[in-house]
Amino acid sequence: MTDTIAALASGRPPAALAIIRISGPAAFAVVQQLAGRVPPPRRLSLCRLHHDGQLLDEALVAVFPGPASASGEDLAELHLHGGPAVVAGVLDAVTAQPGVRLAEPGEYTRRAFASGRMDLTQVEGLADLVSAETASQRDQALALAGGALGRLADQWRDRCLNVLAEAEAGLDFAEDEADVAERLDEAARDQLADMADELAALIADSARAMRIRDGLTIAVTGPPNVGKSSLVNALAMRDVAIVTAIPGTTRDAIEVPIDLNGVAAVLIDTAGLRDTDDPVEAIGIARARARAASADLVISVASAEAPQWTGDGALRLLNKCDLAAPDVPPDVLAVSATTGAGLPALRDWLSHWAHNLIRPGEPALLSHARHRAAFADAESALGDAAMASEPVLRAEALRAAAHAFGRIAGRVGVDDVLDRIFSRFCVGK
Amino acid sequence: MQTHDVIIVGAGHAGCEAAAAAARRGARVALVTLRADDPGTLSCNPAVGGIGKGHLVTEIDALGGIMGRVADAARLQSRLLNRSKGPAVHGPRAQVDRALYRAAMAEVLAELPTLAIITAAVEGLLVERGRVAGVETSVGRLSAPAVVLTTGTFLGGVMHIGSQREAGGRVGAQASDLGAALRAMGLPVSRLKTGTPARLDGRSIDWSVLEWQYGDGDDPRFSRFGICSAAGNGRPPIPCAITRTNAETHRIIRDHLGESALYGGHIDSVGPRYCPSIEDKVVRFGDRDGHQIFLEPEGYDDITIYPNGLSTSLPLHVQEKFIRSIKGLEQVVILRPGYAIEYDHVDPRALTPGLGARAVPGLFLAGQINGTTGYEEAAAQGLVAGANAAALALNLPALTIDRTQAYIGVMIDDLTLHGVAEPYRMFTSRAEYRLRLRADNADQRLTPLGQALGLVPPAQADAFAAAQAERDAARALLDTLTATPHQLASHGIEVRQDGQSRSLFDWLRFPAVTHAAARRVWPELASISDDLLASLAVDANYAAYIARQEAEVAALRRDEALALPADLDFAQVAGLSKEMIERLSRARPLTLGAASRVAGITPAALIALLPHTSRNKPTLAA
Repeated sequence: MTDTIAALASGRPPAALAIIRISGPAAFAVVQQLAGRVPPPRRLSLCRLHHDGQLLDEALVAVFPGPASASGEDLAELHLHGGPAVVAGVLDAVTAQPGVRLAEPGEYTRRAFASGRMDLTQVEGLADLVSAETASQRDQALALAGGALGRLADQWRDRCLNVLAEAEAGLDFAEDEADVAERLDEAARDQLADMADELAALIADSARAMRIRDGLTIAVTGPPNVGKSSLVNALAMRDVAIVTAIPGTTRDAIEVPIDLNGVAAVLIDTAGLRDTDDPVEAIGIARARARAASADLVISVASAEAPQWTGDGALRLLNKCDLAAPDVPPDVLAVSATTGAGLPALRDWLSHWAHNLIRPGEPALLSHARHRAAFADAESALGDAAMASEPVLRAEALRAAAHAFGRIAGRVGVDDVLDRIFSRFCVGK
Repeated sequence: MQTHDVIIVGAGHAGCEAAAAAARRGARVALVTLRADDPGTLSCNPAVGGIGKGHLVTEIDALGGIMGRVADAARLQSRLLNRSKGPAVHGPRAQVDRALYRAAMAEVLAELPTLAIITAAVEGLLVERGRVAGVETSVGRLSAPAVVLTTGTFLGGVMHIGSQREAGGRVGAQASDLGAALRAMGLPVSRLKTGTPARLDGRSIDWSVLEWQYGDGDDPRFSRFGICSAAGNGRPPIPCAITRTNAETHRIIRDHLGESALYGGHIDSVGPRYCPSIEDKVVRFGDRDGHQIFLEPEGYDDITIYPNGLSTSLPLHVQEKFIRSIKGLEQVVILRPGYAIEYDHVDPRALTPGLGARAVPGLFLAGQINGTTGYEEAAAQGLVAGANAAALALNLPALTIDRTQAYIGVMIDDLTLHGVAEPYRMFTSRAEYRLRLRADNADQRLTPLGQALGLVPPAQADAFAAAQAERDAARALLDTLTATPHQLASHGIEVRQDGQSRSLFDWLRFPAVTHAAARRVWPELASISDDLLASLAVDANYAAYIARQEAEVAALRRDEALALPADLDFAQVAGLSKEMIERLSRARPLTLGAASRVAGITPAALIALLPHTSRNKPTLAA
């Protein structure tokens, strides 16, 4: 018999409201026990919840009969007042019922997957949605959770299977109708080139999808003591990096998430670039160079007191322009982290740059390394298919391509799917 | 009252192979058939093998089976199909002489001392305490703990020619009504159909206007070691001829469609899409201007010609009319009309992977009764059913073959998990590990397994061991010999000058390194025969692909190791939808891997099954 699981679905109390979710065969029995009745399905009803003769709360209760519920099982939601004592009392009362226990992390989603309510990409989309911090992350996660990638992968799998069917026919029916077999084989070869091209374009776009999901990276570099950490703090609008007058204060790369008008980005404050005998600082400088090399944008900062830029950042800033007023070259932004002068212009510049790169609103679905890897596998398999030295190897490569797309929605071998789920949701460990 | 270990009902391709397999394992076998000359009768086309089917024949041979040896002995000519498509899909095929085939089969069966052929009609199955106990026949009761039914098209067989219908399993042979008995035992029985073309008098064909199709010069064989005491025919190969249907043929067929048993509404069972009647071809591929017809001789001393591609259930006068519209056949005389036949088959999902009926211990089914079409498919099942019937009777290890090992395994897995919606024919596309499962390595894949189970005759086992030793030595030599691109160039072999020294085994993948060229560079290769070198070159060519598949094979084997209880009540498994419960209950997969291959089963359903597998069963504390 399946356990019935219960957990607090909303944020930590205290809060105005708290929602407890109960999923499984005993869910409605729990409601009956606590509320004295099971309200009509899919409608919020006001109920008084009692346990051991004690009134626990006056709550809004909704029940969703399986399999048409979020988890695919009988599901109940108790919308409580969000005080810690209320929540604790109701959770205790719920889990005191026979067959009911607290849910493991990710267990609702696992049940939705297990009952066939969601495919693997939708599960991933849901996880993204829960952790989405910016508007474009949310849009992307919603598309994923809605099954858009699953559908895309299915379409591609279908196309592969169509060509494969022709290729296979060429292998299996040569005996009966030799002329048909040859024709089919030719047709298969022609389609492959087109498909590989289209796929390459999709994969090229995946960099954008991954940037939306993981955030753009912006490395702030420059000599010591030009005010890089002050700038990072000012852009993030909180004190994250330690600021002192001592050159070389920042030793390690510090990452600060910021929201650029709906696009997620990570500011990386790096150690000032200079020659040093301090081994710790030297490591920090090496890291700074590495981060700059892999960042989407490098900002080179110089001080207005010594307008010299090191490195070749795409954006050059002149900081501390409250302390000195040298000539500002046309492609340089003058700012002051201390007074805030020039910061709105800098934010505009960054936001403009981010939007050009991300194009929010345009769907970009290959946001997970797993999806990208599967598409890349398929692309290389299609390439193999086009180059294959014999028809049977072409068919073999096409099988691999179809298989790669099948992997995306979890339509494959047990082990693959299980590994994926277990690693993601830490269930059953 | 006679006592046997195994009774085989029917002596078609499945029955003969089953009887021989059981007898090779030492069982006392009664092969019960309606007529003494039934064994080895080719009731449809005079050919054995083909693409996919040829793989099955070489696998049967590798397991010590008889079909390949008999077909080799009876061949009129042989070919290797798909030569240009890659070694994995090479399909050996032989045109055979019907009379020689029957004679060779009789000889091969006569070699088996524990096998008795009994001429009788089987009238009923004896079941005692829920187990098979023998059969009731027209000459009395035969008892045995294991019975293999290989009734072909004879179960409830009804033949159709136009609106004429007649009960029978084949022209001139009575039908069997064991079907009712099977239904009574709770086995799911339904109807399928197949068909056969008219037989033509070769003397009335104008051969002078037709194109000939000869056998291949290298005379390919099925049997690797060719151990057959039956005398080879020793006569020169004879060709087939090719002609085509035309617009006029199609018009005649279309005009008379209403008179066809199939389209006149007399037959509503399902026929094979892959081997359609000419009516089907005209209706479904109406846009084509003609279909190839192969005129296949039925024997050296036989005037009968089998027109492959003209299967039909139209009335005789229409058959005559449309056949005479075909080039070369204008004056043709029909010796026997074509007909369609409907017959009973058992849903093979009622069977175990050893082809035993789950509901009736001791009962095994093989061949068309399981919904397959084709001699080779039948024989392959016969071998498995016969070997397992002997295993049950003599308490020997069972024979099960999985998808990674052989086409036989693919077929049985497909049948027992998916059932059949139309007669099942073997295709190479059904095998996901196609590059491993080749006709040229069937012995390496299966002979050791067959040997372990006592299925492989000692002479064949010795020949295999010797060949393996030679192969291993040759492979070792290919791994030892190395060359740089520069060295090859000095022998006039043009390869990319990447400076990479490779073993000869690796070089064999390169098209420029032909076998002749390799022999020039390395005189040591004189010790390796052309065939062996070619076979090793195939290994070299596929090595990278096969290595990639190993991971998949390992994953499959892992899933196969997760056993589901045979009596698992899927309705009680938490988290399974009604649809999943229904699909799983019908197929009754015995492992998680098998469950994953049941059509329509979702990964979610597999997760729900996981707690019920034996590897995951919790151990109870004492």
